[in-house]
Parts: sequence; structure tokens; C-alpha cells
Amino acid sequence: MSDFDLIVVGSGPGGYVAAIRASQLGLKTAIVEKESLGGVCLNWGCIPTKALLRSAEVLHLARTADQFGLKIDKADFDLQAVVKRSRGVASQLSGGVKHLMKKNKITVIAGTARLEQASPAPRVVVTDTAGQDTGYTAAHVILATGARARAIPQAGLAPDGKLIWTYREAMVPDALPKRLLVIGSGAIGIEFASFYNELGSDVTVVEAMDRILPAEDAEVSAFAHKAFEKQGLTLHTSAQVKGLTRAEDSVTAELTLNGQTEKQTFDRVILAIGIVGNVEGLGLDALGVRVDRSHIVVDGFGRTGVPGLYAIGDLTGGPWLAHKASHEAVTCVEGLAGATDAHAFDASNVPGCTYSHPQIASVGLTEAQARETGRKLKIGRFPFVGNGKAIALGAGDGLVKTLFDAETGELLGAHMVGAEVTELIQGYVIARQGELTELDLMHTIFPHPTLSEMMHESVLASQGQALHI
Amino acid sequence: MSIEITMPALSPTMESGTLAKWLVKAGDRVEAGDIIAEIETDKATMEVEAVDEGIVAHLLVAAGTEEVAVNRVIAVLAEEGEDANAVPAGVGQDADMSGGEADPGGPQGGSVAAPARTQPAVQEGDSGAAPAAAPGRPLAGSDAAGTRLKASPLARRIAAQAGIALPGLTGSGPHGRIIKKDVEAAIGRAKAAPVTPSDAGRGVGADGLILPQLLDDRIYDPESYILEPLDGMRRTVARRLTESFMQVPHFPLNVDIALDRLLTARQGINDAAPDGVKISVNDLLIKASALALMAEPDCNASYTDRGIAYHKSAHVSVAVAVDGGLITPVIRDAQTKGLAALAAEMKDLAGRARARKLKPQEYTGGTFSISNLGMFGVKSFGSIINPPEGMILSVGAGEKRAVVDAAGQIVAATMMSVTLSCDHRVIGGAEGARWLAAFKRFVETPESMLL
Repeated sequence: MSDFDLIVVGSGPGGYVAAIRASQLGLKTAIVEKESLGGVCLNWGCIPTKALLRSAEVLHLARTADQFGLKIDKADFDLQAVVKRSRGVASQLSGGVKHLMKKNKITVIAGTARLEQASPAPRVVVTDTAGQDTGYTAAHVILATGARARAIPQAGLAPDGKLIWTYREAMVPDALPKRLLVIGSGAIGIEFASFYNELGSDVTVVEAMDRILPAEDAEVSAFAHKAFEKQGLTLHTSAQVKGLTRAEDSVTAELTLNGQTEKQTFDRVILAIGIVGNVEGLGLDALGVRVDRSHIVVDGFGRTGVPGLYAIGDLTGGPWLAHKASHEAVTCVEGLAGATDAHAFDASNVPGCTYSHPQIASVGLTEAQARETGRKLKIGRFPFVGNGKAIALGAGDGLVKTLFDAETGELLGAHMVGAEVTELIQGYVIARQGELTELDLMHTIFPHPTLSEMMHESVLASQGQALHI
Repeated sequence: MSIEITMPALSPTMESGTLAKWLVKAGDRVEAGDIIAEIETDKATMEVEAVDEGIVAHLLVAAGTEEVAVNRVIAVLAEEGEDANAVPAGVGQDADMSGGEADPGGPQGGSVAAPARTQPAVQEGDSGAAPAAAPGRPLAGSDAAGTRLKASPLARRIAAQAGIALPGLTGSGPHGRIIKKDVEAAIGRAKAAPVTPSDAGRGVGADGLILPQLLDDRIYDPESYILEPLDGMRRTVARRLTESFMQVPHFPLNVDIALDRLLTARQGINDAAPDGVKISVNDLLIKASALALMAEPDCNASYTDRGIAYHKSAHVSVAVAVDGGLITPVIRDAQTKGLAALAAEMKDLAGRARARKLKPQEYTGGTFSISNLGMFGVKSFGSIINPPEGMILSVGAGEKRAVVDAAGQIVAATMMSVTLSCDHRVIGGAEGARWLAAFKRFVETPESMLL
């Protein structure tokens, strides 16, 4: 008899959700965590950065108070207090996860896990803080060990925890860097660039691709590029960092810009050049688990091909998003438990959100991807400047773009940039999940005055029927 | 330990079927031999018996689920002394998912998602449980009876554009909702079906029939007719006959046969037979056909891409009209069977065919077919070959005709006209003619059947 029906390794938004769902389905469940419950998302990712960005946003509003007819003599910030608030939010939520584990009668095992061959599922051996090993058996084992920032030490692109940061150090700065270099312009790079720019750092972003936020729709990328430049960010695209040389309290970067190599000096550098899965030390080789470029290969139910062993979340590859991990957790657990509504994970409908200022949100295909499919498209665009609520908010800069299959009316993709779009995107995600056509969206009543009206207008615009533009 | 109950294979070629009905529920006690569920394929309903005794802990597949893959775990029993509530449902599911499948070279290649496997590439025909919604109006939300057809707006539109009828499709979305993927799969099957000649040799299965465009509302007022949704049998019959008619080069051979001696012989046999045994003319014709196949073995043949299969035994398919279609139960090794046994078997098969209770192995595997419309007074007709069989005999009515006898005199005789449809890829005109001659000899001199 096994110790548990299910052991989950890692307690991020993949792991802890898997454990809760398993418990709901009546499985005797344990979760192994080597640090704090909640994983990177709660402790070092989504949540604390949102707290930081909120501080930056409030600061921005205070500094632009005169636009709202308000007088604030001098809006300023205390970096330590901003960071402290962020940490407080993280620890509050980590405590929340602890409570959820208890409530769902999930056994929390503190320590570092590795796997050993066994049947019906690999044995989980946990080394606790005292170095003591304990073995546990279960019918099923889910790996949810997450991912970490990628480094390229050969090019000097390796974090040192002091001058060259990853998201982790960037979240708890002791002082505000005057000159900051952000390498990589994906969601993580752009969010930190936006945050530090707002606080007053002189921020330079270097992106190897020909546009920032390369995963987003090109039009949205270009829109965001302009907005960031207007705020004073320096953005270099099609640019490379050839090397970083550390001094006492600064870093000199060798940059290739427009084919020219030049040296620039910064106080701090943030590495945001991608993500690698935490596959090391788990004993995957011996079990024959297939790993492709640091990520475990799985099917739609998280199955690895090794009996009883599953993987979910960042560990299985992109998009590296908490909500993707949580959803995979549910599909994986329901699959292994034989739940009646079990369904395979569908990677085509994962919304992406970047919490910069302005925000960026999207789901589905970009225009370029949609064109590649050879379909005839109908494209709708609606600018924030045509929306009453956006004007009232003082947020008239933004765009809602929708892509439809001209024949079937399928919503192929939606791309948004501007205030609160990360809160709006779910409307289009639901539309895609429910396979609504352009007509269903056109026939839907959107409340006034809201930003969501722009979602309606964009759909109408795709059919040449926009009302307010 | 808990006991898994898996989806049974009703025939060697069956890949999936519809779990039509559960006859037990969680918590019920079952004994070995109890009927716990009904499984449907396109032509038959089969009962699933419990092999072990125990308490039903979990039913893992909902009643009405179509295309449940063979060997998928459909239920879990708790054994004697085991707490049914404590049996994890997933034990079975997981074994199903990571076991049986030939996959794990890589889970992605295999993509062996359990729910996904309930609608693999092949079968769509088992639509007996398809929602009875109005196919006449694929865009409508419900049928006349108010039964809601669950389909996403996108699925409805793609189906309408492709001319695919939604009722009859299996919905893989929440609560069985038909989604884009399901319609696209049906379109894919419809495209694939006509170009696979080997499919004709398959007993039951792949449907993929594109329905003809609906009747044009502007020409045929929808109120002026009743649209009967297609069931699995109707679809299968339509598909197989269409394939046969289009792909098999048919040619007919006619002959008139005198029946008087056969009728006299039948009278004598029935008079001498014990109570309850009654031999029909049809039984005698089945027997004569089987013997003729033995006499002319070149005619007991099937065309395949690899070569011509000459069958060693005569398995005679007998067309039986049933409500909503046609089915051909098979009298196996008919040449070896005595008339009493043959008659009893035929009676049993025909009865169960009409009740749609035949097992797949009872209506597949024939080597020759016989269809008799004599009882309706039809004089002669030609039938469509039932692939992969090589011939089908169409039997007309026996009637008194004026014939010229051997002495040149016009006399009254009971005659019947038969038509032999042959697959010209395997049967030449001469072979067909020789077979007909042999058949005629057995019928006209019934004693020779005793040799």
C-alpha cells in the first residue's frame, strides 16, 4: 500500500492547485516544498511584482495629479517601504496557501525531492533541512518544480546577486539604480523596465529580436514601443549584449547596436533572457523521462511516459504563466483521477498578460500567425481615445485589436494595450473557449461606461460597424 | 483490490462503441453474470456481463457516450470486504491511460488523452444515441420535440458551411457539446472516406458519409415532409451500399428455375419432420447456394488489393429487412448443416436481427449473400453486392407459368427467376454461369443435395 494516492513536488501555482484539486477528488495527497509555499509566483513573481507595480502606478498618478485638477506638492517614494509592502503581500498570500493546504488535509513535506524507480509510480525521496532522507510512495507523482531565469555564462550573462540581477534581486532592491540595463524585452523584462522607469531610473532595454515583446502581435509591440519611449525608456531592438564587465559598483556592457559595437556603463543589470526548467537533481535521467531543452515533455494530461509520473507548469515549457500551470494542474489531476469532466490541456487559449504601464494582454493568434494559416481575416481595431471611460480615467492611450476568420467568424486572436487590459482579456478568452462567433459578440450588450465597450467596438469594427470611431 | 471492467470488443475489428446504457449504478451489488450495461455498435446492441462479483464503486463512462475505445476502463468494482467509497476511480483510468496503449515512445506523439481517445480517427458510425435534434435546420437550437442540440456557435457555422449534419456527431466539449474540433474531425473523415477502397472490406465502422445537402427550403417546404434523423444502421447501410455500387463492377446473370420438385420435396420433409421443425423454401435455397459454392469454389471469393481470397467454407449471408434498415445475419458453414439445424438457426437469427440483438460476429464474415423478395410477388430483381463478398443472389417469386417441357408440350410449372450479381473483379461470366447451373441443378433435383 502506498503512503499517498498523490505526491506533488513543488508548491507554486501548479503544485498547490494540483494538490487541492486532488484532495477535492478524494485522493490522499502530499506536497513537497523546499522553500516557501506558493513557489515563485507568490513569493518572487507575479504577486510581489504586482505590488511593486501598483506602487509605481500610484506614484505616477500622484505625479500627474494636476491633470485631474488635484494638487500634490511633491509626490515621492521610500524604496524600502515599497519593497516592504511587496514582501508583506507575498507573505500574506504564502500564509494563505498554508491555510489552504491545511483546510484540504494535504500533508506538507518540507525538503528537496528526488525520484527513484518504483512501481506503480516513482518513489519520492525527500531530503529535509537536516540532511535526513525519507522515502514516500504514491500511486501518482506530479512534478511541478517550476523554472528559473536563464543565464548565458559564456557571454558574461550570469547573475551575481549583486550587480547583475534576475527577477529575484530586482524585486528587493536596496537602493534605486540610477542607470539600469534590462536584457530581454519579454513580459518580465518589460515589467521591471516599466517599474524602475516610473521610479526614476534611467532604463535601457536591449532586445535581440527586431521588436520588443516579440511574442505579442507586431502592431501591439509597436504601439507599446512608442508609449514606453514617450515615458523615457531607451529601447534597443535587433541589439545584442556581447559581454558584461563588472566593476566595484557598476557594470560595463558591450552592446551591438545597428551593427556597431559600443560600451555603456550601468549601475545594475537585470537578466530577463528567458526561462529554464528546474529539471536538475530530480533523478529524471535514471527514470528515462524525456527532457527537451530543460523542459519535461508531456501530453495534454501531463503524462511523461513514465508510469505514474506527471509534470505540469513552467517545468513543461511555455507560456511560463501561473494560470497556465494552475490549469494544467487541474487537467492533469482530473485525468489521473478519472474525473468525469477530465479534458486535455489546450495550449491555444492561454491568455498572456504584461503588467507594465501601459498594460498588454492577448490571447490566440497574432495577425502574422493568423495570416500564416492562409485564412481570410477580418480585423477590428478600436483606440482608447474613442472610449468615454478611458478618457475619464485619463487613459486615452491604447488599442484593442481583434482578428476573425472572415468565413467562419471564429475569434482567432485578440490583442490589447492600454489601461486595465489585463482585466479585460478574459472576456475574449471566454468567447474563444465557448467558440462564440463575431455575431455572438456583436449581439452581446456591454455595460456603459466601461473600458469593456472597446472590446465590443473592436468586434464591430472588424465588420465595418464600429459606432464610436 | 478493486476490479476494473473494460469496454469489451464485440468483434475482432471493433475499435470503439457506444456505451448505450448502464443497468447498474454506483453502490449496486453485482454477481458474476449480471448484465451491467448495454453496448451498441452500428448494427447491434450487446449486453455486458459482470465477470466478477462486487460492489459498483465507480462508473467512469457516462451512458450515451459514443466511441468508447475498446479496453478503456468503464467501471470499477470494489471486491468483497472492500469499501466501495474508498476505491479510487483513477486506478482504472490510469492503467488505461499509461498502460494498454502502444504509445510511450513519447507522450506527445501518442497523445493518449483518455477523453480524446473516445473519438479517435476511425469511428463515427455508432450514432444510435445521437441527440434527436432536427437535422433539417442545423442552425436551430433545438428540434421539434424541444430536445436541445448542444453545439457551439462556431461548430454550427462550420458544419453548415461544410454540409455536415450536427446530430450524429459526438460532442467532446462540456456536457457533450459539439465543438469546432468535432466538426473538423467529421469533415476530415468525410474527406478521407471515399479514397480508401480497403475500407470496403471492413465489416463495420468508419462512417464519414457526407450528407447530401438538405432539401432546399425554397423548393420543399419543410412543413411538407418529415425528416427522420439517420441512425447508425441507416448510415452504415447507406455508406456500404454506396461504396459497393460505386466501387464494385457489378454484372447480373439471370436464370429461370423450376420449383415443383423442390416444393414436393419440402412437403415430404416437413411431413416427416418432428413437431416444431418446419423447413422453408428459403432454407432450401440457402442450402442449395452453399452446395453450389462448394461445387464451384471459384465463385466463393473476395477481391482484395493483395489478391483474391478463395473461401474454403460457405458462409451464407441472408438479407433480413428490419425496421429502419437491412441486416444480413450469416449462416456459417451452411454446406455442412442439416436442414433442421439450418432452419432453426435461420429462425433464431432473423428474430434477433429484427430485435437488433445480433452480435457483430453474427452479421459479418459472410462469403455470399442471398436476398429473397419472392414473398412480395417480385418477379425478378438485381441486388447490390455486400462487400467483400463476390456474389449476391436475388430470388424472385415462385409462380405458375406456362413452359415448354422436354417433350415439346406446353405445360404449367412453378417457376422462379433468380438474378446473380457478380463482382467482375473476381467472377467471370463463365464462372457465374457455372455456379447458376449448379444452383439450378440442386433446386430442380433436390435429392442431389443429399449426396
